[in-house]
Amino acid sequence: MSIDALDAPAKQLRPGMTSTDTSNPDYFHKVVDCQWACPAHTPVPEYIRMIAAGRYSDAYMVNWKSNVFPGVLGRTCDRPCEPACRRGRIEAEPVAICRLKRVAADNKDDIRDRLPKAPAQKNGKRIALIGAGPASLTVARDLLPLGYTVVLFDQDRQAGGMMRTQIPKFRLPETVLDEEVGYITDLQPEMRLGKRVDSMKAVLAEGFDAVFVGCGAPRGRNLELPGREDAKANIHIGIDWLSSVSFGHVEKIGKRVIVLGGGNTAMDCCRTSRRLGGEDVRVVVRSGFEEMKASPWEKEDSMREGIPIHNFLVPKEFKQKSGKLTGVVFEKVKAEFDAKGKRSLVPSGEPDVYLECDDVLVAVGQENAFPWIERDAGIEFDKWGMPTVDEVTYQSSNPKVFFGGDAAFGPKNIIWAVAHGHGAAISIDQACQGRDVKDRPPPLVNLMSQKMGIHEWSYDNDISNDLRFKVPHLPNEIALKDVRAEVELGFDRKVGFEEAQRCLNCDVQTVFEAKLCIECDACVDICPLDCITFTGNGDEHELRARLTAPAKNLTQDLYVADGLKTGRVMVKDEDLCLHCGFCAERCPTGAWDMQKFLLETAQAGGSCQSR
Amino acid sequence: MTYLTKPKFRHPALEKNDLGFTRRDYEGAISTLCAGCGHDSISAALIQAFYELNIEPHRVAKLSGIGCSSKTPDYFLGQSHGFNSVHGRMPSVLTGANLANRNLIYLGISGDGDSASIGLGQFVHCVRRGVNMVYITENNGVYGLTKGQFSATADRGSKSKAGGTNNDSPIDLVGMALMAGATLVGRSFSGDKGQLVPLIKAAIAHNGPAFIDVISPCVAFNNHPGSTKSFDFVREHNEAVNSLDFIESRAEITVDYAPGSVQDVEQHDGSIIRLHKIHEEYDPTNRVAAMNYLQQHHEKGELATGLLYLDPNPRDMHAFLRTVDTPLNRLGAKELCPGAKALDAINNDYR
Repeated sequence: MSIDALDAPAKQLRPGMTSTDTSNPDYFHKVVDCQWACPAHTPVPEYIRMIAAGRYSDAYMVNWKSNVFPGVLGRTCDRPCEPACRRGRIEAEPVAICRLKRVAADNKDDIRDRLPKAPAQKNGKRIALIGAGPASLTVARDLLPLGYTVVLFDQDRQAGGMMRTQIPKFRLPETVLDEEVGYITDLQPEMRLGKRVDSMKAVLAEGFDAVFVGCGAPRGRNLELPGREDAKANIHIGIDWLSSVSFGHVEKIGKRVIVLGGGNTAMDCCRTSRRLGGEDVRVVVRSGFEEMKASPWEKEDSMREGIPIHNFLVPKEFKQKSGKLTGVVFEKVKAEFDAKGKRSLVPSGEPDVYLECDDVLVAVGQENAFPWIERDAGIEFDKWGMPTVDEVTYQSSNPKVFFGGDAAFGPKNIIWAVAHGHGAAISIDQACQGRDVKDRPPPLVNLMSQKMGIHEWSYDNDISNDLRFKVPHLPNEIALKDVRAEVELGFDRKVGFEEAQRCLNCDVQTVFEAKLCIECDACVDICPLDCITFTGNGDEHELRARLTAPAKNLTQDLYVADGLKTGRVMVKDEDLCLHCGFCAERCPTGAWDMQKFLLETAQAGGSCQSR
Repeated sequence: MTYLTKPKFRHPALEKNDLGFTRRDYEGAISTLCAGCGHDSISAALIQAFYELNIEPHRVAKLSGIGCSSKTPDYFLGQSHGFNSVHGRMPSVLTGANLANRNLIYLGISGDGDSASIGLGQFVHCVRRGVNMVYITENNGVYGLTKGQFSATADRGSKSKAGGTNNDSPIDLVGMALMAGATLVGRSFSGDKGQLVPLIKAAIAHNGPAFIDVISPCVAFNNHPGSTKSFDFVREHNEAVNSLDFIESRAEITVDYAPGSVQDVEQHDGSIIRLHKIHEEYDPTNRVAAMNYLQQHHEKGELATGLLYLDPNPRDMHAFLRTVDTPLNRLGAKELCPGAKALDAINNDYR
């Protein structure tokens, strides 16, 4: 045999990489970058295909099962899936996953008959949920159909938590929130709303089988600067102010507004101000524009509404005249990087900047606050005042008390709260049924060939060349007049279809069967992204460098298969695979097949609860 | 056998050659051959060779006859000239085109049916005339388009997919090319691009009739046990006489080898073919010895591959005919029809 005479590395056969274990659910799950990145592991490509097929209700239900609030998240999610999207590595921008979720929610039929029902016969276990935000509502949704008695506590008169109080109505209409909160309250938890919980001990004394704390991070950080006290009438804490706007307690703001802070709350504050009479609204941020915590699209939306963002300005002093705020003094700073690349902001030496204003909104961060949890209630707190919470089970040092959402690990966002809720519900169910909370039910995994004919697949493998579609907005002259008018109009069905077609169907996996392969090279020749190589084995590092196209993205796995007749290995770099199925179409022996990988994370009640 | 066009997305790290083209710029239409066809691998090897040699696609003319192999010019070098001729008549068309415009690179793509049966005479005469070309046969030993009858290159004793045995003697295209005076002769295998790509590059740089016989398994009709043109059989019986690197100029040579282990052959355009000897006694510049060697190994059931013969100083048809340096298609009416007086002068030479 001299076939490898020219393939020098094959001559120095080393043990090299072992064949990829595709029976480990994590392997193919990681290939579905969006699903892997989603804290709730929503099967994204699965529902995007349903949207393309016009099956909006089905797409909604796939979402609802995983993330509980598709209509809310389709408008407000922080979208960890989108930076992960493979499309973003192949062309300029990822699939508009978040806004497609909204397409499903907007176009679905009445789905109420598909929702789980609470059984008439209760199982006798009583669970308290403190706070009626996304984390607690998720726990309620997961546990009520299993027969648990659930009691929801919240200081506000309506359930919804921060989704209701902090997210402005022009981003999230109340009808959408009411509908999706309603799907959970329809399961009839006991509602104790409008009254703040003052004592954990009192809650525990009621004899609940478990207590879940999902009270969020309700305290907006203050800025103690000279003049703060004197001008306090016109200086507002961002989240509290948003909440007052939300409940209609505040309907006006001054003409000139300065918003301090660079996160998403700051963006909500400035945009709300524009709608409540603010004409000259500015955002002032300590850091540079790129390092701001706000999502890029939220910055973009603010600027579209005529709100400038000033960077590298640190607030120094509030100026006032007889108790009336007149402006803010800022120190100019610049970014300096030390040898390790760590950034620090140092004074630039330029003169201070003075900006006049009538009102200031402080949106410089949120904090957790648990004044109501007695320190002798068996719940350990760390030196930062945060409870000690297990990252998998969400259990605190009191085995009956669980934490989730912002209350558990500090401020994150809705989709994390949902993920925590699902996890905590599993733990609560395990604990109440006398099982070990550390014993986690496995996910439901399905891997199935999509072959329908010689070059026919059950998914559309013709790759769309379209660039990301833009979501239409209400014109500013209308949007800025009404704080409740939804500013984003969402994709219509036609654009929704076209955007859905941009999805690469990364869940349809390229599955390789070495014993069928005759090493004809057809797959290597046809692959548009040069993902496939047949070569001698080697260490991963060395192998990555000598593939048909070098595999430089170390976060993406190599799919390695040995057992070929020539002794070589098949190596596929997962990084840029289009999942177009051309390798499988070109394969004469069926060694390549396109198989749909569907993973549903476990929820309370076991992995097959939905089946 | 896909009907979809290949997505336009390409690997961001795909390198560009000196012309600013990526390998994918040398692709053609999507292949309609059977999945796994060896011919598609040969198309990929051609794409790689032209890309690596920085050849502008418009400088290439692809000519072919009839058959699966002759369809393939549609699947590579989509920006090149092409002529899909009558069955077995590609060599004549290629000869004519070469006479009219000597400046193009001529690529004749044929198969065992097109060149060893109906076009056998054309093949031999084209080679013996010394037409400057790269002539490639994509040799699978069967008539694939008509469902797998033995072709003229099928080995005696080999089995058809339907179970029949071939009793006829095979035509050895490599042997015929050597006999007819091809000045570069190679044999390779579609499943070994490491060998095939440099061989094609050497043939493109060669200024004379270059012939490469590429064994290209027919996955649909000739890839079963009993076939001598299957992937498994070829891999088991492949005896490479050498491996080669094609080096465009001496300036690029940076590695020195121990004397005797490599043989550098310089072609007239300055390019170097560096042969790594695998069979020590094999001398690819000795035509008669090469023919003997091939026959002996064929008797043993082995398939000798690699660069089998090379004349580093070939002459081509235009040299034999003493044609003008300017391509005929660039000459004006005045030069081509010099008038009655010039004709009289020529005629007088023969009186």
